[in-house]
Amino acid sequence: MARLIAVGLTAGVFGALFGVGGGIVIVPLLVLLVHFSTREAAATSLGAIGITALAGVTAYAIRGEVRVGYALLVGVPAAAAAFAGAGLQRRLSGPVLTLAFAALLVCIGVWLIVG
Amino acid sequence: MSLQTILLAVALGAAAGILSGLFGVGGGILFVPTLVALGLGQVEAAATSLLAIVPTAAVGVWRQTRFGNLRVRPALIVGVSSIAGVEAGVQIAIRIDESVLRRLFGVLLLVVAAQLVWRSTRPLRGYADVS
Repeated sequence: MARLIAVGLTAGVFGALFGVGGGIVIVPLLVLLVHFSTREAAATSLGAIGITALAGVTAYAIRGEVRVGYALLVGVPAAAAAFAGAGLQRRLSGPVLTLAFAALLVCIGVWLIVG
Repeated sequence: MSLQTILLAVALGAAAGILSGLFGVGGGILFVPTLVALGLGQVEAAATSLLAIVPTAAVGVWRQTRFGNLRVRPALIVGVSSIAGVEAGVQIAIRIDESVLRRLFGVLLLVVAAQLVWRSTRPLRGYADVS
């Protein structure tokens, strides 16, 4: 219980600071501290992320930082694509594709750092 | 908002949805740079990304409950206790310089990329099923 609360607190700070759900923190912490399987940790983190994101949106909305139109334009197609693309997962996943995606993330990361 | 911006936002959003599903990364990792590319400030992008995450997480939860992987009570404990941390995260985000926050996010992307490479080159090791 105390460990789950610690995971939640960490994820809350991290998620709100960067605007991510906190899954990148929750999944490894659930595996390492609470001994969840990776699959359980990933699924369970989704539930927690929904709550973290709602709390974060509320905190930022009070300060007028949330752009609702942009959130809908990006979030709704993403949810639809995630739903439709679920079947792709098994057919497409492989080390080469993962490395290509990692390379894409590195490019975006470098762009944000130097840009 | 111009038509060009709208079409770009929809295309990038759909791509983010597919990629996050494929590689098991959260949508926010891709939403934030997408929103920055569309012209939002770093704090605005973080705030807006959190709202965009909600429908994606909801779809994910709905799918995972059918597979039986979601453990409801731990999810609620982690989620509810995260609310206490959220305010701290927001305070840091609005206080530090936006260009610093942007660079930190860039570093975060490099860490995620390294984690993906680690996972693909060492399947299951370090992420072993210990339950």
